[in-house]
Amino acid sequence: MTSYALFLGCTIPARQPHYEASARKSLAQLGIELVDLANMTCCAPPPLQSIDLETSLSMAAYNICLAEEADLNMVTLCTGCFESLAMANAMLKENEKLKARVNQILSSAGKEFKGNKEVKHYLRVLLDDVGLDRLKKTVSKDLSNLKAASFSGCHLLRPSALLKFDDPERPHVFDDLIEALGAKSIWYRNKLKCCGGLLRGYADDIALAIAREKIVNTTKAGADCIVTLCPFCFLTLDLGQMLIKSSFHEEYNMPVLHYTELLSLGLGIDPKELALDFHKIRIDKVLNKIE
Amino acid sequence: MAHKGEKTLSSTFPKEVTSRLGGETVALCYQCGTCASSCPVAKVTERFNPRELIKLSLLGEKQEVLSGSAIWLCCSCYKCQERCPQKVEIADVIYALRNMAIKEGNTPNIYSEFAAGLMSEGRIVPLSKFVEKKRPDFGLPPLKPAGVDALRKILSTTGFDKIQWKKEEAS
Repeated sequence: MTSYALFLGCTIPARQPHYEASARKSLAQLGIELVDLANMTCCAPPPLQSIDLETSLSMAAYNICLAEEADLNMVTLCTGCFESLAMANAMLKENEKLKARVNQILSSAGKEFKGNKEVKHYLRVLLDDVGLDRLKKTVSKDLSNLKAASFSGCHLLRPSALLKFDDPERPHVFDDLIEALGAKSIWYRNKLKCCGGLLRGYADDIALAIAREKIVNTTKAGADCIVTLCPFCFLTLDLGQMLIKSSFHEEYNMPVLHYTELLSLGLGIDPKELALDFHKIRIDKVLNKIE
Repeated sequence: MAHKGEKTLSSTFPKEVTSRLGGETVALCYQCGTCASSCPVAKVTERFNPRELIKLSLLGEKQEVLSGSAIWLCCSCYKCQERCPQKVEIADVIYALRNMAIKEGNTPNIYSEFAAGLMSEGRIVPLSKFVEKKRPDFGLPPLKPAGVDALRKILSTTGFDKIQWKKEEAS
């Protein structure tokens, strides 16, 4: 059993209990313990980095301090949280001057960033602590009829100089983990391109045009579903299809699932336990293909 | 990005950007356009072009850059930064420009909303009472409290809580 401090973030507990439920249940079944720590705050994602980078860096460091105090490495579900926290962790570990500046700010909250813990995305935990072979052996359902279009979101991979998660132009970790469940991870046009989600609320027209492209490309490639990691990508592509319907008068009904949902289904966890009603686009098509 | 009225250049602007967190690499740009050809936003609108934004910054077009809408149209996907042959940290430079714009009072509404949520709850996406009440039904443990007190101390130390959240007329 390996234990991690869970960084849950803002969007998942607020809007996506299906992500949280599937993550907690599947990871527990694979022997990964998630420890909930008190007093975490927002990770300081791009919208806050846009307001003030120094504050954002300090907030990320503050959260990492809580994991350091609990003597645990940290795991995130959201790739946005992963980026904010892993980027801050890497920057502060390699830049003493910046670390001193941030620690001066953190002293007001009684914290000191030491830089002795890791921030991992849960895909890395699955790969390193469980491994593809054990994962393959643990899957009890047949997903071989399922064609999945993986979409990692930008912030699992980039900026790669700091995140060092996978090859930023030819990533394979996420696809390997989908195939370990028995499903086929398919290619589609502009797979690594952004979903446009961060422009929602400022330039909705542009955000929706970019999201639409992703839905069109995965549909053309014959995908049964899109598999996401980031709650914001999920929202942009799932709820986004309702907006595409009203703005473009086009209906795609492309199911969007978080990887932990696919994992839970593969592990044989009862779909009734996964809060699947929170999907705007129904995923029955996917459930029917799993035996 | 049409000009309104008289053109004012700021010779110190490139240095101001370079001296800010995130802005350090702006002057390395040699205008090859790899960023623009990698940009998902530039593909769908003429309102945004990262190469153009860097050029204007280096030319000292402070007012046009900081009060225009272009800096807010970056979707922070880091494709440009990943591919830049000069290692200009373009997405980070744009964060630095946004930080400067906000200091000058040019804050899009949505960012004021994020800041308000953060300062009151410690989160930028507010919790939903409905979802929170249903957590036990999904087998989820109660949520741990957010570290709002510690956060407020950090925000006060960096001056974040003193930013004037002037509202934009339209975005």
